[in-house]
Amino acid sequence: MTDKNLHTKRLAWIKTGVFFLALLPLIKLVIGACLDALGANPIEKITRTTGYWTLTLLLVSLTATPLRLLFKWNWPIRIRRMLGLFAFFYGSLHFLTYLVLDQFFDWSAIAADIVKRPYITVGFPAFVLMIPLALTSTDRMIKRLGGKRWRWLHRLVYLSAIGGVVHYAWLVKKDLTNPLIFAVLLAVLFGIRILYRFIGSMKPVFTPVKRKTSHTDR
Amino acid sequence: MNFSTPKIKSSEITPRDIYQARRQFMQLTAGVAAAALWPGQLLAGEKLTAAKSLNFAEKEELTPYDKVTQYNNFYEFGTGKDDPAAYAGSLKTRPWTITVEGEVRKPVTFDIDQILKMAPLEERIYRLRCVEAWSMVVPWIGFPLAELIKRVEPTGKAKFVEFISLHDPAQMPGQRSPVLNWPYREGLRMDEAMHPLTLLTVGLYGEVLPNQNGAPVRIVVPWKYGFKSAKSIVKIRFVETQPVSSWTEAGPNEYGFYSNVNPDVEHLRWSQAKERRIGDFLKRPTLPFNGYAEQVAHLYAGMDLKKYF
Repeated sequence: MTDKNLHTKRLAWIKTGVFFLALLPLIKLVIGACLDALGANPIEKITRTTGYWTLTLLLVSLTATPLRLLFKWNWPIRIRRMLGLFAFFYGSLHFLTYLVLDQFFDWSAIAADIVKRPYITVGFPAFVLMIPLALTSTDRMIKRLGGKRWRWLHRLVYLSAIGGVVHYAWLVKKDLTNPLIFAVLLAVLFGIRILYRFIGSMKPVFTPVKRKTSHTDR
Repeated sequence: MNFSTPKIKSSEITPRDIYQARRQFMQLTAGVAAAALWPGQLLAGEKLTAAKSLNFAEKEELTPYDKVTQYNNFYEFGTGKDDPAAYAGSLKTRPWTITVEGEVRKPVTFDIDQILKMAPLEERIYRLRCVEAWSMVVPWIGFPLAELIKRVEPTGKAKFVEFISLHDPAQMPGQRSPVLNWPYREGLRMDEAMHPLTLLTVGLYGEVLPNQNGAPVRIVVPWKYGFKSAKSIVKIRFVETQPVSSWTEAGPNEYGFYSNVNPDVEHLRWSQAKERRIGDFLKRPTLPFNGYAEQVAHLYAGMDLKKYF
């Protein structure tokens, strides 16, 4: 086995490690909440933390393909599903924080927000688009849909990521530093994909991209 | 977290004897340090006695000292809410002068210690409503800005007052970032500046203003969004034309010159109908002019408040 295709046992270790790493932000929040250490505005803190990790994990999940294209690593693809599901998990917490803690089921205010506040108008569908992706993340659903349709459907994640970054950029009062960092990272991740697609179409011989993949390593 | 009830739990409120003991300790240590370094000068944490206390927040509970001093918007020290408490230690509040210039008969530079003795200090309990839809109740210490204005005798041309905050990236690390056009500038119309509620503020919670709250001297205009209340002021300028404030410059459609608290005029990107009082779970409705309509609404009689937001 080479480094590119990690041993199953090593992969299991990586998966376990990533699982607990991805849980850390939540654990920190829960501890902070128990100790009343989330600052003067805990609801704002929870909203921001869950939103930040939704975007971060979404972007990390989107690095799997570029890593394969650039370095021919295949193992990141194998933890991509977990990363995506964690992004959805934090996205759900973010949405629930808004729904319960921030608005406290004030449906008219929520409806007004979705219609009138551009950052929510774009953030809400960015979250909703993740739902079908989470639902079709199982091996069974991949088989049922077929690889081609499944891949097509899962391109929705690009819209979700763009929507998430725009949502962040539109809500900050003035300091665009963090949203811009996310935007640049996302642009780089997209750029690598586009570049390789371009190279692939130019020189069909030089295609590290195409693999005869089975669906199992997803 | 204590989300179960909308009221602040009594257990969450720092008991009086504890915060007073802590304050005494701080006063003692700060006092010793101050005595050694700057004899006879008042520094953050030292006790300030007010001649009288006026409550303009009725029966609403004070926001605990820790929250008032650890959750701040003061971009001079960074854009995070906890940045000011973390980084304002580098601000030197002595020596400090305030230059008064422009359309006045008596332009003058006041030393901060002259300001402190200019008029009897009063405690004023005001609601503070941030443009970001959160709010606090703060016991400020100061005196009406009108007291200072009278002393410098504005001319007939003085229609507006501009406040300019300190610009020194060495002391204010947030100014190394061009997030706003430094120095921070704010302004009021002359009648707003002369209004008895407009406070020239030098303290809070019975002590000298902590650095992160705008030491050594700031404005507090309780019926306007928080950003209108300029902090760490070094210059007061009387002018004929309406000044452009830093936030208006940054977002002319979002932060108007008046910026009176108004639940009916939305911020471009979010609603101003409700606010979360720091410490509460449920939001409460925002009041026109932050609950000070009785005192200030007449200043804007006949004005379209949606246009002059």
